[in-house]
Amino acid sequence: MRKTLLYSALVLLSALFIAPFYWTFMTAIKSQADLYQFPPVFWPSEWHFENFAIAWNKQPFGTYLTNSLIVVVFSTIGQLVSSSLVAYGFARFRFPGRDPLFILLLATMMIPWDVKMIPLYMEFNLLGWINTLKPLIVPAYFADAFFVFLLRQYIMTVPVEIDEAARMDGANAFDIYWRIHLPLMMPALVLVGTFHFMNAWNDYLGPLIFLNDQSMYTLTLGLSMFKGLHEVDVTSIAAITVVLCLPPLALFFLAQRYIMDGAVGSSVKG
Amino acid sequence: MTIAATAPAVVQKRRSAFSRHLTAYLFISPWILGFLFFTLGPLLFSLTMSFHDWPVVGERTFVGFDNYRTMLLEDPQFWESLWITVKFAAIYVPFNIVMSFLIALMLHHATFASGFFRTAFYLPSVISGVALVTIWSWIYSREYGLLNFMLSLVGVDGPNWLGDPGLAIVAIIIASLWGFGGTMLILLTGLKAIPKELYEAATVSGVPGWAQMLFITLPMLGPMLLFTFITSIIAAFQQLTIALLMTKGGPLGSTYFFAMYIYDNAFKYFDMGYAAAGSWVMFLIVLVLSLLVMRWSSAWVYYEGEVKGGDRNA
Repeated sequence: MRKTLLYSALVLLSALFIAPFYWTFMTAIKSQADLYQFPPVFWPSEWHFENFAIAWNKQPFGTYLTNSLIVVVFSTIGQLVSSSLVAYGFARFRFPGRDPLFILLLATMMIPWDVKMIPLYMEFNLLGWINTLKPLIVPAYFADAFFVFLLRQYIMTVPVEIDEAARMDGANAFDIYWRIHLPLMMPALVLVGTFHFMNAWNDYLGPLIFLNDQSMYTLTLGLSMFKGLHEVDVTSIAAITVVLCLPPLALFFLAQRYIMDGAVGSSVKG
Repeated sequence: MTIAATAPAVVQKRRSAFSRHLTAYLFISPWILGFLFFTLGPLLFSLTMSFHDWPVVGERTFVGFDNYRTMLLEDPQFWESLWITVKFAAIYVPFNIVMSFLIALMLHHATFASGFFRTAFYLPSVISGVALVTIWSWIYSREYGLLNFMLSLVGVDGPNWLGDPGLAIVAIIIASLWGFGGTMLILLTGLKAIPKELYEAATVSGVPGWAQMLFITLPMLGPMLLFTFITSIIAAFQQLTIALLMTKGGPLGSTYFFAMYIYDNAFKYFDMGYAAAGSWVMFLIVLVLSLLVMRWSSAWVYYEGEVKGGDRNA
């Protein structure tokens, strides 16, 4: 009886959470006639998949997609390399100032982005990086506090004896990082890569502030601008929204195992 | 003789310690450089800006505390936007945590298809804020919206969600809560980490379910609850994307959040110094709130291995 109640509640609630996705997809493939029906059409009689192609050609969405991909690919590489190097440094070395520096690193997670957004704009302006993709890529090469924290936790679970054995065999610090820890922390790297990919792909405020020219827009910025101009073109907005949601959703399904069982929660534990 | 014999060894040891330290600093150097150029530098820069009249191009002039004084004493928009943000946070933060906790609890007790349900609840958190806004704008649409259709089924004439100054902020809160998955996941992981033996022992001793919840689950989940509490507060104060795209601060400024006030001063009026001052006010508020929550939490957060009071163990 209690189980029945539990599952009924779960089914109902999860349906509520999924419904907006379903609705968006159906809106994207509906005919114009079905769009403005009341009561709404939940199962359209005709499925117009060509709506995607039509929407895609209404603005240079191909360019936006290319820009998004450039940002995502290059920043993810930078994030994986830099965060794992820093995590290894914090996890496996004793050096003066290590603990205060690590606390400082954790403290940076609390700084609201709004505080950095204005001086960063000025800084990138000074460097001549405004209206280029660099502000969205370069910072990723300098490690992110949260990811360093996750990866460090992961390295700490590896017995130190493994490092020592490798050192006996003549491996230097970089070898140990490259040949031992990097392969061992693959699950954590998948987690970091997935999260960073999603953050970079989904980012709206960064592109909004740092990019001016339409030719430099990312997909999020492109969609928001398109929505601003063609509010009534619901089908096309829905179609592009579906395209925008697909990569993070697909990636989530692929990396699900790592995200769910991964270090997300266990690392937070005091 | 002995000194001469040991000296080279000491030197060598020092050198190796030095080179080991150097290696360590090399490994963490990406973060140190990033901290200097993308965190500390910008923070100091923005603090300096906040004491200046600082347009994007043109002459800047030192004005002392004028930006702060104007903001606090002469700018009603500052107080209005701060009030809207506080209202938003006061509703969003508790709802986010309670909802996350309840659903995490349900998922924890569900054995069948728990993976499916978990995924269903987490999905909204993986998509972009821009997608979230487009999706919810239609749900809230007065005539064709899903929400008003559902209300019409129970005989309620749906309101104009995004056009009503009293409702627009509620609409933004609901849309934000849709992305509660991250918080939920952290609490779920926390629940799974609580040793089953605790509940077994309690059940054997005849402790009722509600007492187990109160004296086992909640205390064991303490650090996680604290973490989600603080991150939710920070997230609430930074709320910008949804308001910017869904309501543009309206109607009648009813969703003009503090972050939007800062954004407008910087990138609409190009008054960088004034905007920087606003961002520092936000930073201080978030910092003070976090510290208060942490201090308050020492009363209810239990860390494993920690002994409280001591006399209870005697």
